[in-house]
Amino acid sequence: MNRASVIFAALLLIALPLSLLAGRVWIDPFNLADSGPNAALILMELRLPRALLAIVIGGGLGAAGASMQGYLRNPLADPGLFGIAPMAALGAVASFWFGLSGGWALPIAALIGAALGMGMLAMIAGRTGGIALFTLAGLMIASLAGALTALAITLSPNAFAMSEIVMWLNGALTDRSWSEVWLAAPLVALGTAILMLAARSLDALTLGEDAARSMGIRSSTLLWLLILGVGLTVGVSVAVAGIIGFVGLIVPHLVRPLTDRLPSSLIVPSALAGALLVLIADCVVRILPLVTELRLGIALSLIGAPFFLWLLLKLRRSSSGALA
Amino acid sequence: MSLAAIELALSRGNKEVVQGFSAALEKGELTAICGPNGVGKSTLLMALAGLIEPTAGMVLLDEKRLEKYTDQERAQTIGYLPQGADVAWDVSVENLVRLGRLPHRDRGDAAVEAAIAALDLEDLRIRPASQLSGGEKARALLARVLAGEPDWILADEPLAALDLAHQLSLLKHLRGAADAGAGVVIVLHDLTMAMNYADRVAVLSDDGDVGFAGSTLAADGPPQEALSEATVSSVWGVKARWIGGNGAKALVTK
Repeated sequence: MNRASVIFAALLLIALPLSLLAGRVWIDPFNLADSGPNAALILMELRLPRALLAIVIGGGLGAAGASMQGYLRNPLADPGLFGIAPMAALGAVASFWFGLSGGWALPIAALIGAALGMGMLAMIAGRTGGIALFTLAGLMIASLAGALTALAITLSPNAFAMSEIVMWLNGALTDRSWSEVWLAAPLVALGTAILMLAARSLDALTLGEDAARSMGIRSSTLLWLLILGVGLTVGVSVAVAGIIGFVGLIVPHLVRPLTDRLPSSLIVPSALAGALLVLIADCVVRILPLVTELRLGIALSLIGAPFFLWLLLKLRRSSSGALA
Repeated sequence: MSLAAIELALSRGNKEVVQGFSAALEKGELTAICGPNGVGKSTLLMALAGLIEPTAGMVLLDEKRLEKYTDQERAQTIGYLPQGADVAWDVSVENLVRLGRLPHRDRGDAAVEAAIAALDLEDLRIRPASQLSGGEKARALLARVLAGEPDWILADEPLAALDLAHQLSLLKHLRGAADAGAGVVIVLHDLTMAMNYADRVAVLSDDGDVGFAGSTLAADGPPQEALSEATVSSVWGVKARWIGGNGAKALVTK
């Protein structure tokens, strides 16, 4: 545990219970009975699974973002570049399109999409293990999946399906239940564990691909670990919450200055900070007094984009090399 | 203890780069690989480091084929310093040097400290990589290799882009590593440096056969022989004279 991990773990432990109290119905922790007849029900069946899901998804996206930035040796890399999130989204959209979005059908269709994306990546780039080929393959898969998703929207069988698809694509944690938690938590934990296995190899990549290989890192093994780890964390988060952008990009960026900047030191605190960010953002969309709840994916981009821009400008001014 | 190439043929893409290269390198020696641009010096060095599969022939490390070693065994024995000072993240010098322990999967504090001391990096220990000068970064990157305590140090143009003082200082560190028992192999463009500091020089040349099928070893041996005026003339196409005594020679072109 490094210093950054301790800070974010502590903040998360504080934020979790507080987040349970916030929402349309405010719950008074010292007087549960006065908070309304359904307070216990709201806590246990609505808020707790939703908060845990926010933590699981944010954690997975944070870990995936840190690993991707380490792998591509670029602080502006995002797990979305990988093509796995768009493929998972395409799978989910397909399930809407065929009217099979109830129950387990949607997350399973999204997971199949993510698995297809991982398989395509592995087939194209897995044998050589080259980073350039891998990035290009990811971008191609992402744009192909994006195009097919747009096609599915324009050709959707009815207006209802179309609006459902568009709503879902924007990502949210509304009305999630324990079943989504049980689906997502083990898979994201597995994905994060796989990314941790890649951590030392990512450190070696700091000195470039050739130096990393000379230090005994096998490019193809590293690539497989990354495809599996990012595929699981990102694929699962899309499957249960839709597209939630920005976390994988911004969180590692914010956390990096608090660490010794090696990729291996960044994965765990990024996961914790990602969990914290999504948890807080989800509270904010719950509290905002709007007619319909603001979608979490939109909210994160609305807050995240200007913040990120501000941060970039600030870093630019303070020192020129701060981007890395 | 030896690192030997036997009838090595190498290609990059579909292009043959090196053919029929044989040489047995010894530990405790500083060997310079010289040759004009594009003859495949870097490719050869990568093959010796086990990073490129030869299309024919083999590299033997202590009389065993290099491919037969596990990646980790190879990494513990052969340290490779690529060309250019490429550090992706703004890590401190100490952490940069510690990366050299990755092949051993331990912290190796003693080896890291020894490498930091050997390259005079004590004062720069906590300095981030982005705030190092070219010469300081080159020293830190070489310390990374030394921290892995390899038997062999293979460095690709370690003196490129350094000023004269830093070139000399880095070369002295490499010379020191060879004197301490490591086998040091460097790709070197500066023939004067090769002449005065190397124990042995291997000259690669693509000159010769019609129907080019890769560079060959044009000369190999002590620098006075391998870098003779005749060789410099035939390989580089430059008329030049060596002046000065042994260990302090200079190449004069006119």
